[in-house]
Amino acid sequence: MTKHTLSVLVEDQPGVLARIAGLFSRRSYNIESLAVGPTEHPGVSRMTIVVSVEGSPLEQVTKQLNKLINVIKIVELEPVSSVQRELLLVKVKADLETRSHVLETVQLFRAKVVDVAPDAVTIEATGNAEKLEALLRVLEPFGIKELVQSGRIAMGRGPRSITDRSLRSASDRPA
Amino acid sequence: MTEQISTELVSGAQSLVRSLEAVGVEVAFGIPGGAVLPLYDPLFDSSIRHILVRHEQGAGHAAQGYAMATGRVGVCIATSGPGATNLVTPIADAHMDSVPLVAITGQVPSASIGSDAFQEADIRGITMPITKHSYLVTDPSLIARTVAEAFHIASTGRPGPVLVDVSKDALQALTTFDWPTSIELPGYRPVTRPHSKQVREAARMIVEAKRPVLYVGGGVLKARATDELRVLAELTGIPVVTTLMARGAFPDSHPQHLGMPGMHGNVTAVTALQKSDLLITLGARFDDRVTGRLDSFAPGAAVIHADIDPAEISKNRAADVPIVGDCREVIADLVVALQAEHAEGREGDYAGWWKFVDDLRETYPLGYSEPPPGELAPQYVIERLGAIAGSDAIYTAGVGQHQMWAAQYIKYEKPGTWLNSGGLGTMGYAVPAAMGAKVGRPEATVWAVDGDGCFQMTNQELATCALNDIPIKVAVINNGSLGMVRQWQTLFYEGRYSNTDLHSKRIPDFAKLAEAYGCVGLRCDKAEDVDATIEAAMAVTDQPVVVDFAVHQDAMVWPMVAAGTSNDDIKIARDLAPAWDRED
Repeated sequence: MTKHTLSVLVEDQPGVLARIAGLFSRRSYNIESLAVGPTEHPGVSRMTIVVSVEGSPLEQVTKQLNKLINVIKIVELEPVSSVQRELLLVKVKADLETRSHVLETVQLFRAKVVDVAPDAVTIEATGNAEKLEALLRVLEPFGIKELVQSGRIAMGRGPRSITDRSLRSASDRPA
Repeated sequence: MTEQISTELVSGAQSLVRSLEAVGVEVAFGIPGGAVLPLYDPLFDSSIRHILVRHEQGAGHAAQGYAMATGRVGVCIATSGPGATNLVTPIADAHMDSVPLVAITGQVPSASIGSDAFQEADIRGITMPITKHSYLVTDPSLIARTVAEAFHIASTGRPGPVLVDVSKDALQALTTFDWPTSIELPGYRPVTRPHSKQVREAARMIVEAKRPVLYVGGGVLKARATDELRVLAELTGIPVVTTLMARGAFPDSHPQHLGMPGMHGNVTAVTALQKSDLLITLGARFDDRVTGRLDSFAPGAAVIHADIDPAEISKNRAADVPIVGDCREVIADLVVALQAEHAEGREGDYAGWWKFVDDLRETYPLGYSEPPPGELAPQYVIERLGAIAGSDAIYTAGVGQHQMWAAQYIKYEKPGTWLNSGGLGTMGYAVPAAMGAKVGRPEATVWAVDGDGCFQMTNQELATCALNDIPIKVAVINNGSLGMVRQWQTLFYEGRYSNTDLHSKRIPDFAKLAEAYGCVGLRCDKAEDVDATIEAAMAVTDQPVVVDFAVHQDAMVWPMVAAGTSNDDIKIARDLAPAWDRED
């Protein structure tokens, strides 16, 4: 199964998330992860959608997304030419005996401890999917009590912005 | 967005009515109710003709019929909750068949939205998957802009339905009416100009092909490209097939026209596609009812696919030459490119292909077997109806056997004369669609060819027709059952007729029902009376007419490509494949 990372610029209108989520479920496309947030342009949001394609080609997914009136632009970000990050918070068992081992792991992965309790620590880590998976594999033997992970966000490398040309009309539009 | 600045205070409802007038709406079909009441007050004084229907589904299909017959945007209005949900079927129908439609619904006051208020339904959410776009307006100052956008979206690009849901408080509040002078939708820029390189490549393939077919879909009608199509067909001499949605896009009387392909297409049209080496696909979408089993559809054909919707291209069948654009511009450009090819001495030679196609036409003409003595053949009724009412009449159909026979046996010569529910397959479409078509084209004779099952789903609109001087004509092809379902039970369920017998030759009495609705009711059950009955119906011009044709129950639609099978397995009658199949 192939996974693709799509950056989707949308008008910040009510219901736009529902439209996109609905389109994926209606056409049996799989969303692996989804992150939504503002951009440097007021009125424009950016969604990063990781879609796993099986059966229907990615081209169909992007064409159908493009038909949504509130979707302004779609760009596929290749892992080699983009920075891709996810955020992870994980609560790991850490008593007196294991705590030093856990903290060592945190350091090795350039993660951070953001909360401490007598028998557990909460760790914050960012990175690409592979790094976070590796971290979790190492933490697992200590006992993972709780795990929460953000959707992936991604940005193309180099000086250009995907909002460069496409957005003049959107950002000029009066609120 | 630039707007004409106005300082006069009007209600949101007045702004909505002025907006509808500003986009040129002449007629709207609807029913008032609590949440939409504020709109109906200024509508009372408007130049817009509002036709009060009996069920919101009727309003939606009437708006579709109006749109399909005139090429303009159809408008329907309903109140919140059940009024709006009753529009769901026609909205979905318009979405499948790309009909320009704007549905306006009242919504509960914005402060109550989300509270499960009386007659509250999230109609914007409900219709998201079945609209081209949908709006919920709670700010009265946005009404004019929203209406302008809605009509723009509905009528441009690939047409489709747009829902505008307006909360009651937005209709009641005071605002100014500021009609936008331009529309800015950064995410909506339909491509209409085809890529010239692709068009030249298509022209090159056309002159090199040996067995090309012009596979014409409803997009040609939507693009008003029928004149251009005729020029293209005659310039190249290529055979034409018109899908169920494209009947009337090319004259049935034209010698190059092979007729309709698909599940109930004729042998020649189906086989021509199957054996083709080049499909010139114009505004068609490789629907499963046309392709049969997709992996065995036209296996030897390269595909040129022109459509205004890029998502249709290579959705079902990979295109070798994709052309995104408006069919009218695509065909016009293709003609120019082909003329250039011809000028260089490159012209297609399709003589051998025509020999094959003409042999098929001669061997497998469309036909039906005679019914038992004393019974009336439904195909005969429909054939006579088409012959007598002629090619200037508009025909609408419901869904099922009668629809297929109406597509097969009526000869269509002109665009906008055949309206049906193709993609969604909505039973009950015919009567309200005929009503809408008649409102849009009052000078035309409008016949609803309906089944007894379909007719009982929406015939309440006969009252609307009788009261509003909309003299449609209805031919009920009454076989007393859900005929197409029964046909499948005959063929695939060992003749176990589970719940398909409607007994509608006995109950209700359709002629009396027509009379109760203020229409003329006629009956016919003998072949020798068919012409006289149709002529009697044609003679009535000031009232709607319903003719109950009691027809043979066991008549079946042939040819048939059974669902999920290959077009190569087309049957011309039960267990009877065309002879070339058996020779193999």
